[in-house]
Amino acid sequence: MNTLLAKKKEPIDKLAKSSASGRSLGAEALRRMLRSPVAITGGVITLLFLLLAIFAPLLAPKDPQTRYLQSQVELGRGIIPGAQPGFPLGVDDFGRDFLSRLIVGAQQTLIVGVLATLIGVLLGVLIGGLAGAFGGWVDTVLMRLVDVLLSFPSLLLAISIAALFAKPSQWTVILAVSIIGVPIFARLLRGSMLAQREADHVLAATSLGVKRTTIVFRHMLPNSLGPVIVQATLTLATAILEAAALSFLGLGDPDPTRAEWGLMLGNASRQFLDIRPELAYYPAIAIIVVALGFTLLGESLREALDPKNRR
Amino acid sequence: MLRFLVRRVLQAIPTLLILSILVFAWLRSLPGGPAAALLGDKATPAKIASLNHVLGLDQPIILQYFKFLGRAVTGDFGNSLVSAQPVMSEIGTFLPATIELSVSALIIAVALGVPFGYLAARFRGGIPDNVIIILTLIGVAVPVFFLGYMMQDLLAAPLGLPSQGRQAPGIDATSITNFAILDGIMTSEWDAVWDAIKHLILPAFALATIPLAVITRITRASVLEVFNEDFLRTANSKGLTQPVIRRRHVLRNALLPVVTTIGLQTGALLGGAVLTERVFNFRGLGFLLAEGIERRDYPRLQALLLFGALVYVLVNMLVDISYGIIDPRVRVR
Amino acid sequence: MALLEVRDLSVVFGRRGETAFTAVDGVSFDVEPGQTVGLVGESGCGKSVTSLAIMRLLAKRGNKVSGSVSFEGTDLLKISDREMRDRRGRDLGMVFQDPLSSLNPVISIGLQITEVLERHRGLSRKKARLEAVDLLDKVGIPDPNRRLTEYPHQLSGGMRQRALIAIALACRPRLLIADEPTTALDVTIQAQILALLRELVQDTGTALIMITHDLGVVAGLCDEVNVLYGGKIVERNERHALFAEPRHPYTHGLLASIPRLDEGRGEKLVPIRGSVADNIPWDGGCAFAPRCPNALQVCLERSPELVPDRSGLLRCHNPVKPAVATAGGTR
Repeated sequence: MNTLLAKKKEPIDKLAKSSASGRSLGAEALRRMLRSPVAITGGVITLLFLLLAIFAPLLAPKDPQTRYLQSQVELGRGIIPGAQPGFPLGVDDFGRDFLSRLIVGAQQTLIVGVLATLIGVLLGVLIGGLAGAFGGWVDTVLMRLVDVLLSFPSLLLAISIAALFAKPSQWTVILAVSIIGVPIFARLLRGSMLAQREADHVLAATSLGVKRTTIVFRHMLPNSLGPVIVQATLTLATAILEAAALSFLGLGDPDPTRAEWGLMLGNASRQFLDIRPELAYYPAIAIIVVALGFTLLGESLREALDPKNRR
Repeated sequence: MLRFLVRRVLQAIPTLLILSILVFAWLRSLPGGPAAALLGDKATPAKIASLNHVLGLDQPIILQYFKFLGRAVTGDFGNSLVSAQPVMSEIGTFLPATIELSVSALIIAVALGVPFGYLAARFRGGIPDNVIIILTLIGVAVPVFFLGYMMQDLLAAPLGLPSQGRQAPGIDATSITNFAILDGIMTSEWDAVWDAIKHLILPAFALATIPLAVITRITRASVLEVFNEDFLRTANSKGLTQPVIRRRHVLRNALLPVVTTIGLQTGALLGGAVLTERVFNFRGLGFLLAEGIERRDYPRLQALLLFGALVYVLVNMLVDISYGIIDPRVRVR
Repeated sequence: MALLEVRDLSVVFGRRGETAFTAVDGVSFDVEPGQTVGLVGESGCGKSVTSLAIMRLLAKRGNKVSGSVSFEGTDLLKISDREMRDRRGRDLGMVFQDPLSSLNPVISIGLQITEVLERHRGLSRKKARLEAVDLLDKVGIPDPNRRLTEYPHQLSGGMRQRALIAIALACRPRLLIADEPTTALDVTIQAQILALLRELVQDTGTALIMITHDLGVVAGLCDEVNVLYGGKIVERNERHALFAEPRHPYTHGLLASIPRLDEGRGEKLVPIRGSVADNIPWDGGCAFAPRCPNALQVCLERSPELVPDRSGLLRCHNPVKPAVATAGGTR
């Protein structure tokens, strides 16, 4: 009788164990993401973009700076030569190979996006971490400031920073875009810290007499990493888009040798859209695809890490 | 209700004060100081010193701030360097165009976003749902200004819609409020009204994309949540007809988070308006801002920054208040 | 002809590719006009699903309902959605467990009552309002005129449940289904709500299906009781007979686990071992066997049938002997 009963209960026990198993959050999230077509699409796009950016100098068929067809460009008369053998996507207003510039542009775009996001994360984590770790008046003052920053429309915020510098450069763009992320990351980290301050493992560590700094760095920060990564992935997408908007408004890097998608799109849209619209379309499509990839990845990460979705 | 209102208005005051400090500090943090920035290439130490004196920049910083605050409260932000006119009167001239554009975009975003979101939720996991979700994801990934150019390029001619400016050359409209549609209605110049609407369509749709995508997704999520609510089962157990259930029980509850989103989207609208106005040569605040950036017209930029943030804070205050009106639970608290 | 005849009702959950789960398994019972019938069992036994299936309030996807639910001769499972909507609220009303979440938080109590009057009785807004005042008064809500303009969060738990009852009875349905109507309430309020239900049902001649896990509720209210376990009816009897001589070990266990005042303090409470999670499927054995003190080898090998047993029905290979029952649960 007992064996019979054991056999009947086996599948139920298994089910119960799988839900209560100590599998880590990361592994669980990864497993769920591998089943989601959205996550896979986002992941593949992101991966391809990263590979393209890293190996860009090797992949570019021509030198992106050589002005091959400069003699044929007559901007004044509205002439930019189109696609032709050797130049599958045509050339830009300096007669440089557009395909090569687009490929190299992936690298510059990644640099702008990653640096802007990273600075935003660092500043935001610093502010939010201080507020969350100390609480009290530190928290009140810092969060008031963050709320005000949040109350600026994001593009206006970026414009205000970029316009501060008389001479725009790649760094002014990065700095301007990074400022958008600061209040977001600050709030995110503070919320996560506050939630954890009351959590059992932190209370336990405190009661054992562990130093506050140790608790913050060893227990609280690592646990806040998940949401920060999710938000950073989403911010990468907006950073690239905002950088493009700044370039379009004339606040981009004026260095003509710089090949960055936002800059290429901004310049093409402003200057020669009626002559060669495809010079705007190519970088635009690249930006859309990459922004979409980061968004898909970020959204599915968020969903995967959401404890509500855990079964 | 009155207490709720008063409290909400009072809550905005510290925010506005910090805002003014930031905007004040912003101009002071220009590399080389504001005077050098204002003078640009013509700057010499003597000129800078004399301008500093004229602008009161040689006074203690605290005093400068309170003077700035005092003037700001009365709407005095100094004169624009480009037009030499008071910045406030510039804003007054160009604001109606931006309001017209933003409000139209918001109307489009809500009018399309809510039904789309409902539809996606209703057919969750089905083809309409997937199509709508993919479109919303693409919607936020497309640079607004590029979308504007695409619409000019691909849609303007086939639809017979103008793609530049606010008014066709032949139209001679009387200008009273600078709200083109309102002016036309007030003077019964119907051709001017129709012309103004036609000029609004493309830029408004371009500007609406991001809020539309966001509102669609929020609506979908919140409708799905309401579908799981017990009170919906009660409504069904009463045998109410589908339209009544949809309107009174599903949407009435599902729209609460959407209202909050509308407030948050004002920021995206203001930012997007800067880009859209430029693309469509639609002369509003964004146009003023873009010109200010190019000419480094700092007094104008300062005023626009403060104004933009102010609008955002005010709109969110209004949203909070209207939330209190729609949701009886908020009022009591 | 009975008012409601449920025949062989089964509900199977599970979408394609998932393991199917039979929540309700061939349940049959009748409800006569004006009669009160109890469906009793632990949570997860299928009693709520049964009621939702009768009302056709289960989600359209993810489950399969079979059998028949004949209401005054019409099979409710066969009519169109539209016809069903016409009947819900008019012929069949339902009261739910959690009165707060079961009321729409953003519309007034008044509208939630009048909308059903407008829908089924075609009353004008004004007349519906007068009627609603009447209804609130009838369910014992003081100052009904003021309450009409209030929202659910402004009412106490007991008031909300009274309002829900008013909604369910607004169109004088011939059958009321109450799904654990007192579970979410304080004990003192529970008694009031039960008394109200009994009074209303008797006054209007409405038939009532009372769904509960609480045998105390059943004792005071029901004419006939169905005990459910694992989606099947395991015992049915007229109230007095059931309480006097529970035959199924599960029923017996439910009765024995209720504390009683008329017994000495020395008398031990006897809980039922395990929980519903210890269930085994019905095919190839008795689902209750793992928890059953009377289990035999046969209980794990052959699923028992529901057979006539004295005045009721019973599904058990080794029922409780009357003598044992006396020790546990006679009044």
